Amino acid sequence: PHRTCCRTPPPGATPAMNCRAEVLEVSVEGRQVEEAMLAVLHTVLLHRSTGKFHYKKEGTYSIGTVGTQDVDCDFIDFAYVRVSSEELDRALRKAVGEFKDALRNSGSDGMGQISLEFYQKKKSRWPFSDECIPWELWTIKVNVVNLANEQERQICREKVGEKLCEKIINIVEVMNRHEYLPKMPTQSEVDNVFDTSLKDVQPYLYKISYQITDSLGTSVTTTMRRLIKDTLAL
Amino acid sequence: AMDTDLSSQDRKDLDKFIKFFALKTVQVIVQARLGEKICTRSSSSPTGSDWFNLAIKDIPEVTHEAKKALAGQLPAVGRSMCVEISLKTSEGDSMELEIWCLEMNEKCDKEIKVSYTVYNRLSLLLKSLLAITRVTPAYRLSRKQGHEYVILYRIYFGEVQLSGLGEGFQTVRVGTVGTPVGTITLSCAYRINLAFMSTRQFERTPPIMGIIIDHFVDRPYPSSSPMHPCNYRAGEDNGAVYPSVEDSQEVCTTSFSTSPPSQCVFTVTKAHFQTPPPVVTDTLKVPVMGLAFSHQLSSSRLSYQPAALGVGSADMGFPVLFAGGLNAAHPHQLIGPGKEGGVPPIPSQPAHGTQADQERMCTPLDGVHYSAATPSSSEDTETVSNSSEGKCGSPHDLLETIFIRKVGAFVNKPINQVTMANLDIPFAMFAPKNVELEDNDPMVNPPDSPETESPLQGSLHSEGSSGSSTGNTHDDFVMIDFKPAFSKDDILPMDLGTFYREFQNPPQLSSLSIDIGAQSMAEDLDSLPEKLAVHEKNVKEFDAFVETLQ
Repeated sequence: PHRTCCRTPPPGATPAMNCRAEVLEVSVEGRQVEEAMLAVLHTVLLHRSTGKFHYKKEGTYSIGTVGTQDVDCDFIDFAYVRVSSEELDRALRKAVGEFKDALRNSGSDGMGQISLEFYQKKKSRWPFSDECIPWELWTIKVNVVNLANEQERQICREKVGEKLCEKIINIVEVMNRHEYLPKMPTQSEVDNVFDTSLKDVQPYLYKISYQITDSLGTSVTTTMRRLIKDTLAL
Repeated sequence: AMDTDLSSQDRKDLDKFIKFFALKTVQVIVQARLGEKICTRSSSSPTGSDWFNLAIKDIPEVTHEAKKALAGQLPAVGRSMCVEISLKTSEGDSMELEIWCLEMNEKCDKEIKVSYTVYNRLSLLLKSLLAITRVTPAYRLSRKQGHEYVILYRIYFGEVQLSGLGEGFQTVRVGTVGTPVGTITLSCAYRINLAFMSTRQFERTPPIMGIIIDHFVDRPYPSSSPMHPCNYRAGEDNGAVYPSVEDSQEVCTTSFSTSPPSQCVFTVTKAHFQTPPPVVTDTLKVPVMGLAFSHQLSSSRLSYQPAALGVGSADMGFPVLFAGGLNAAHPHQLIGPGKEGGVPPIPSQPAHGTQADQERMCTPLDGVHYSAATPSSSEDTETVSNSSEGKCGSPHDLLETIFIRKVGAFVNKPINQVTMANLDIPFAMFAPKNVELEDNDPMVNPPDSPETESPLQGSLHSEGSSGSSTGNTHDDFVMIDFKPAFSKDDILPMDLGTFYREFQNPPQLSSLSIDIGAQSMAEDLDSLPEKLAVHEKNVKEFDAFVETLQ
């Protein structure tokens, strides 16, 4: 599989003017970070993944079937639905795991954000590399709290569960607006719109990045990684 | 205008989409209330039987009930399809939990493409429904059903009846899809006083009656359609064998074209089945119900009689209930299914082994109900396809229709939802919810320091009490255990909490006190006559001085 380099905006730059941006905020305990992030990311990707396209003659294509499954959280009183794709789940877990480690090791106040950006590739002529044009950006701001005793933890399980229910409703509201989605591509263009590297589902091209806010409250430390694309391109 | 009227083929397609959308909606809702985790597999090659490109199983009984309710009609204005979810205790009391409504309003979108945009949006709406069915309160209740209560469903068609949900029910909108004949709306109205009657109360020992009585509502409308348990056992020992979906012969083979929308392709074929329709036993296995309970269930007014229950859990491949029943030892512990009953939960971390576990769990659901349909063999395939010339999908078209959204769309909440969690205070989210305004919070606005009494004031104004306090007399609230988050002890010699406690109510600066100012003015005024007398005595010296200046 080829590895395509994209010109991405420099770290810290705001997304393109006409990219839809949504921000969600959660306060969680340290051990809830992963499950909360996965719940949100999987819910967004459930809506932003289709079945695999199979192009046939004369420019027609058929679409594969997307399966779904329930996931129960261990540290939160919450359950969510995700796309049945182990590859996709692995990719998200890797990203979220790195985010969680960065949060823990940064020595910051436990504040950070993880972003899921959907983009399209626009081919440019040589010598310019292809451009990545984001069209939807989801940012989850995370605030990690420390709890003192078991009773507080139990309350936290429930409260965070309720908060995540609200977030799911928020996400669904955005999805229901039926705003801009990339046009369905021709066979030659499909890799500019969708991630076709997975074997069972086909999400829109996406990348995940995160930032840890240092204790001064400013995003002095910025870590941008194209985790998923790098992983799957190998 | 005539050219925007729906072509007959489009109309046929649209009606078919709406019909199957309604059936799939019912399946998703009922399956989400079965009390077990649902798992279906993705398939990269289209099987031709999965409507809306989603793997949603069809429980034959549920489809049967839905079709009975619809009676050949489609949702239209004033004719909504409703799925009512209710709870029934082992004592026979029941309570409506949710009403899911699939409605149609008159707002038409004539421009929208049926076979393409409407279809994809319906698929998106089903995904939203999958997500939303897990976040209403009834989901958690349904995951714990079996011993003291069961979850029932009822499908009806016509006017939406929300009165059984109690006061203050809330609604959540799943989504809408505009079509040329109207806008499809999917929403859920749910009872909220469940929040106080949490699942914990169902884990306690009796009395349950005391709780249920509050919610026991006489049905204003006699049940026109019978209620059914969301979990049931289908098998040979069951008298009624429901026919498989007879319309399964009418599969949906989606074939999309990347041509400009005006030349979109949609293929619906009547496939020819080689194998006989699948038997009911292919459907999913059901969770166990306690023996004592099943006795109650059969004597209730349900019209559907489940078969003899009480099969051992060894028969089941997946965890569903509390086999241990009431967890009296930990009445406040909300245990997810699988954590009791002796069946290990599916680990959340993927590993090689779990894939197999999950597949085992999914096996009962994985049986494909329809045999593979090969569209190429069908004569009445209507395929209009135009090759795309490569001018479609051009990224240059992208930028025209993108909307601008403000960052932070969800940070602003309606006023009545402002909670402590929005305030930048540690543990704010655990504070009692009745403290809604920041102004009321003593941690944000400590009470004003009292004005200190000057010792001089006491002597000047003898009627005033010579207050001895120069310090803080205000002890309306005492912070017992203040643990400031994120404070590091090794940086400051003094604990941040101690610092805060000691200096939380400092005395006011004396120079800022009004009394002191007023007092010095009084002093000045009193001493004026004396000063004037002194100056008059020295008037000659003053005059001499003035003359030297001239």
